[in-house]
Amino acid sequence: MTAKTSAPARRQRIPAALLIPALLGLAFLTLPLAGLLIRAPWSTMPQRLAEPEVLDALRLSLVTATASTGLCLLFGIPIAWLLARVEFRGRSLVRALVTVPLVLPPVVGGVALLLVFGRGGLVGAWLDEAFGITLPFSTAGVVLAMTFVAMPFLVVSVEGALRGADIRYEEAAATLGAGRWTVFTRVTLPLVAPGIAAGAVLCWARALGEFGATITFAGNFPGRTQTMPLAVYLALETDLEAAIVLSLILLAASVTVLACLRERWTATP
Amino acid sequence: MRAAALACAAVLGLTACGSAGDDDASGHLTVFAAASLTEAFTQIGEDFEDANPGVEVVFSFAGSASLASQIAQGAPADVFASAAPANMDSVVRSGYAADPETFARNRLVIAVPEGDPDGITGLADLADPGLKVALCAEEVPCGAAARTALDAAGVRLTPVTYETDVKAALSKLGLGEVDAALVYRTDTEAAGGAVHGVEFPESDSAINDYPIAALDDAPNPAVAEAFVDYIRTDEALEVLTAHGFQAP
Repeated sequence: MTAKTSAPARRQRIPAALLIPALLGLAFLTLPLAGLLIRAPWSTMPQRLAEPEVLDALRLSLVTATASTGLCLLFGIPIAWLLARVEFRGRSLVRALVTVPLVLPPVVGGVALLLVFGRGGLVGAWLDEAFGITLPFSTAGVVLAMTFVAMPFLVVSVEGALRGADIRYEEAAATLGAGRWTVFTRVTLPLVAPGIAAGAVLCWARALGEFGATITFAGNFPGRTQTMPLAVYLALETDLEAAIVLSLILLAASVTVLACLRERWTATP
Repeated sequence: MRAAALACAAVLGLTACGSAGDDDASGHLTVFAAASLTEAFTQIGEDFEDANPGVEVVFSFAGSASLASQIAQGAPADVFASAAPANMDSVVRSGYAADPETFARNRLVIAVPEGDPDGITGLADLADPGLKVALCAEEVPCGAAARTALDAAGVRLTPVTYETDVKAALSKLGLGEVDAALVYRTDTEAAGGAVHGVEFPESDSAINDYPIAALDDAPNPAVAEAFVDYIRTDEALEVLTAHGFQAP
């Protein structure tokens, strides 16, 4: 994208009508972070980091958010491709359905997941009977809850990228005899890789911050389903400073991971 | 009421309206109350409005700790009713209220589905590893009480989840995901027919006192005092006991 921007356009004056709201918006987005930093009890930070529960929660958060991003990629990219490349009846309805988890309050999403995957649920009862698998109150349940709320972010980003991509490359490959699968893996995927990366980052970030669906579907058990946002919420009940420290640890970990990925994935000149 | 407030706002400006309500026993009363008081206080609020025409009671029900921190951050509340003395103490220590009074008590029961399919009669039955049990996290009052009661009974059990509040623990039972949950007696009353509360003797060691106080920065101090006094009348106590609370 940046390569296409012409140099003169960059040197022109920035219109105040864009600059002022941008700065106000930035202040609004970053001030709460400043609030956390100001109130943080820095002296107890290393002590908190050494607490095994905190490390357990952080590790669990990172592992489950990454696993759910994997699931989102596995299922979300094909959904996005279907929506962007295949004409079928009811496509706009399907597109609307995909975004349901975005508008659904996460707690309601968690209840809905329980009704389907709970031990009395449609799928859950069958899973329990046939395989002895119970998802609620398990780490797999955390991943499931995160995937439910995060997948729309991936689908929306990737579909946007697919629609923006020049379809003539795919047509050219097809006229040269490539099948749809070959076109998808050799042409389409590399073409929309930045869109997929952006979607995966959004997806991961959303999964990492997930609270409502997780606490409702997977409950709260240290080391098994207690992710960082749950630990923060509980710390808030007794100790505001502990909650702030935990939030900052989560924030620092996620910013570090995202910054490293950005270096690797989107290292365009 | 609303029309009057609007007219007042138009003539005097909003700040003047706020103080106009302070002089007489009328206007809005904002009560911050623990989530477990939802049903009882809603009814008591209606009775209080009937007894004091012109007063409109607005409730904010949430976890006691959240409410205490909202008060510390300057939330415009008149009265605070907490499910645990600890949260009231923190409000008093920060100088937002003085002289809280205990107006009700609550005790734990074992909530089980109606009909008690697993035949649970006491805390010891919950230690069965085949049973899924929900407890409250120890950071919240119902979890601290559960820990005390379990210790008193000498029962060691591993729940499947430590819920963030008592209503969440009960909803896991309602959805059929757990077989039993340690909750307050008032919560099983509020849940109606679907849930049955099994009483157990060790709950004597973990009884929750509910303190109430008018807040020093109350926007409507006269009505706040009147409400706190009303909570301690026999009439209000009758409503509280009907919802499963005990007299202090």
